[in-house]
Amino acid sequence: MESVQNAVRLEKLTKHFGNVVANNAISLELHEGEILSLLGENGSGKTTLMNMLSGIYYPDSGQIYIHGKPVTIASPKDAFAHGIGMIHQHYKLVDVFTATENIVLGLNEKGKLNLKEAGKKIKEISEKYGFEINPDQKIYDMSVSQKQTVEIIKVLYRGADILILDEPTAVLTPQETDKLFAVMRNMQKDGKSIIIITHKLHEVLEVSDRVAILRKGEYIGDVLTKDADQQSLTDMMVGHTVSLNINRPEPVNPTPRLEVKGLTVFDDLGVKRLDDVTFTAYSGEILGIAGIAGSGQRELLESISGLYPISKGEILYHNPKTGCDENLVGKDPMSIQKAGVSMAFVPEDRLGMGLVGSMGMTGNMMLRSWRNGKSFFVDKKAPEQLANTIWKELEVVTPSTNFPVRRMSGGNVQKVLVGREIAQNPAVLMTAYAVRGLDINTSYTIYNLLTAEKMKGVAVVYVGEDLDVLLELCDRLVVLCGGKVSGVVDARTTNKREVGVLMTRVGGNGNEQ
Amino acid sequence: MNSKKALFHISKRGELPWLKVWLIRGAAILLALLVCSVLTVLVTGLNPFAVYGTMFKGVFGTARKTWVTFQKLAVLLGISLAVTPAFKMRFWNIGAEGQVMVGSLACAAVMITLRNYISSNLLMIVLMLVASLAAGALWGFLPAFFKSRWNTNETLFTLMMNYIAIQLSAFFIILWENPKGAGQIGIINASSELGWLPSLFGQQYLLPILVIALLTVALYIYLKYSKHGYEIAVVGESERTARYAGIKVERVIIRTMVLSGAICGLIGFLLVGATDHTLTTTLVGGRGFTAVMVSWLAKFNPLGMIFTSFLLVFLQLGAKEIASTFFLNESFADILTGVILFFIIGCEFFINYKIEFLKNDRKGA
Repeated sequence: MESVQNAVRLEKLTKHFGNVVANNAISLELHEGEILSLLGENGSGKTTLMNMLSGIYYPDSGQIYIHGKPVTIASPKDAFAHGIGMIHQHYKLVDVFTATENIVLGLNEKGKLNLKEAGKKIKEISEKYGFEINPDQKIYDMSVSQKQTVEIIKVLYRGADILILDEPTAVLTPQETDKLFAVMRNMQKDGKSIIIITHKLHEVLEVSDRVAILRKGEYIGDVLTKDADQQSLTDMMVGHTVSLNINRPEPVNPTPRLEVKGLTVFDDLGVKRLDDVTFTAYSGEILGIAGIAGSGQRELLESISGLYPISKGEILYHNPKTGCDENLVGKDPMSIQKAGVSMAFVPEDRLGMGLVGSMGMTGNMMLRSWRNGKSFFVDKKAPEQLANTIWKELEVVTPSTNFPVRRMSGGNVQKVLVGREIAQNPAVLMTAYAVRGLDINTSYTIYNLLTAEKMKGVAVVYVGEDLDVLLELCDRLVVLCGGKVSGVVDARTTNKREVGVLMTRVGGNGNEQ
Repeated sequence: MNSKKALFHISKRGELPWLKVWLIRGAAILLALLVCSVLTVLVTGLNPFAVYGTMFKGVFGTARKTWVTFQKLAVLLGISLAVTPAFKMRFWNIGAEGQVMVGSLACAAVMITLRNYISSNLLMIVLMLVASLAAGALWGFLPAFFKSRWNTNETLFTLMMNYIAIQLSAFFIILWENPKGAGQIGIINASSELGWLPSLFGQQYLLPILVIALLTVALYIYLKYSKHGYEIAVVGESERTARYAGIKVERVIIRTMVLSGAICGLIGFLLVGATDHTLTTTLVGGRGFTAVMVSWLAKFNPLGMIFTSFLLVFLQLGAKEIASTFFLNESFADILTGVILFFIIGCEFFINYKIEFLKNDRKGA
């Protein structure tokens, strides 16, 4: 007989993608009223497993039990019918609709659409669990965290009692994360069972009752959170002990390398994206750019790379090769790159603009070298070699250097991108979200690579999301808020709270909210 | 809670080994022939094998028919090659019809207007070639220029350019009509054969076939190994990425479309100079559109297009043959062609996706 206290029981779920085993006979239980953290490196199969539970993938073999009963989940609809709701990393909301409209969208209720009634029900749910939401607000007016709230209410509204949250904190400020966790605890008190996928170990320890660990598609085991600490979890996750301290040597002989003065840009719609941004990046240091997603980080890096139209301001670059000062404003991307300014931007979809998804590693290495040589034909040998080096040194998981990067897992795609940019031997290396969604082990590989560049005298600009990392990795932090610099702080002496406040304050003019 | 059971589940496949891919394609063709046989028996009462045999005879029955087949294959393949660089760049050039037409028009114009001033055959041919290439290139340049400058829709633009080309040709055909009042220009330079491309080994069609064969290899190399080919692939994937890599997107779009148009011009030149020696408004005869299908079916691989263009030419010529032999109207032949294409295109679904049938047994309950 089935044990009745399990909300979910997975029995030997297996899923292949081609020749790759994403999940190998994974058995897992989620108790009623429990918060379970699912932990694992990139490509360890967490998302695949959860996608099978929520009906996006169908398992090759194995059985799912919900509240003790064997079920077949062949579509997200089936999953909903069993009370399973998943909140994905990328929100699926209609921008021009209100929260209420989005929540009732796709519901197959009989009778007339009654938005008022729905709004009332949403208010009830919000009060019950402690959400802060205005049901009539349009999605495009909402912050990331508000959008997430809508997504969560959407599944609650549909009566889900088993919730799966896929990396919910990746885009939240520390304050917003605290709020989310409070809501999760309220839901737990109400008897909901929750699975949370996250890479941040301190969050795992803070919010969950039990941790289940996957490694390379295999189930490694579980541990009660009260018996675990960061070190033991990391060890279980990666299989061997890794150091958790980021090595941060003092900058050696820093000199100004890149001076941004009064940079102001507008987007297609005439909205000011950067407002009078001024800072200096020194050689031999890692300059962190902190800020809530969409505060102008992308525009800043693109402006420096020559990809964004600049309406005002100067970008002075002290070229170490020539010793001259150059103004980068008005130069084309190719000559900026040639001068030694390199950018690795990892966008949300991880491919976006740094990589060509349909090409393999070699083809993507060529993005930087295709123009080399006078020949009419492209040189494939050098990029092939570079691809092989990165493949080995960064332990990229791919069947061959010609395997389309689109089909690699996220972490591997990032290794390819960051590895290639570092291989250009830049004088200024800009990375944005270089460790987005990466597991601890891979993240450290990247931190070490960046620190090594810094020690070579490169001016590293690191745009990041995780404040803990920004504070441990960088030498100084520029905090952006709404396109303005709201503060420049020393990463060694500041703390999370101070940066968190700067991130949410309308910058510069002392306009406290 | 008991939800409705799905009977099957569709999911994307990983990469299939090439042997399996071709097994699926082979099975699709067999199935298509089977369905066609049943249709033939039901609709016409004829022996399907006799019909297939006739089709084959129509294509390879005599030496003359075989040459015609290869000539038609060469023309269709050539136009397909022409549209391919643009397609790889995700520039939907459906104006090949018009680009070939203006190439033919320019070629005929040189032959007609300069015949009293030039007596050297070689010089004449060179001028014809230059004029054809230039006209085709211009027809490719215009939509590309507007696309890169003002982001106009290339599909509509290239489509409309077809009609301009055809109407222009119609105008000049009346202007140059021969004899007067005939409404057509007849064989150009019929007695002097001035500007006619030479026959190789007594075969009129051999030269254009060789030209296209060379072009196929050249384009394959161009797309796969040249810097231009790399730029085209990156621009096709994402313009943002291309800019990031320092590629001048506007220039690549224009250059590629000029190339695309010029190759079409070359086909126009071959049509007038080597095979038809005349200009009619139906000279291209829809092959500018068939080429789109050829290119797609071969997934933009020039070598693959040899097979896909052969397939379409085979079906077309075979269909004509059975229509005349069995006194069927050509619609029946079109039905057979449609069925075969349906299966060939449809089987790609099974190459990219797999269908899992769900077992309905319930364990443990």
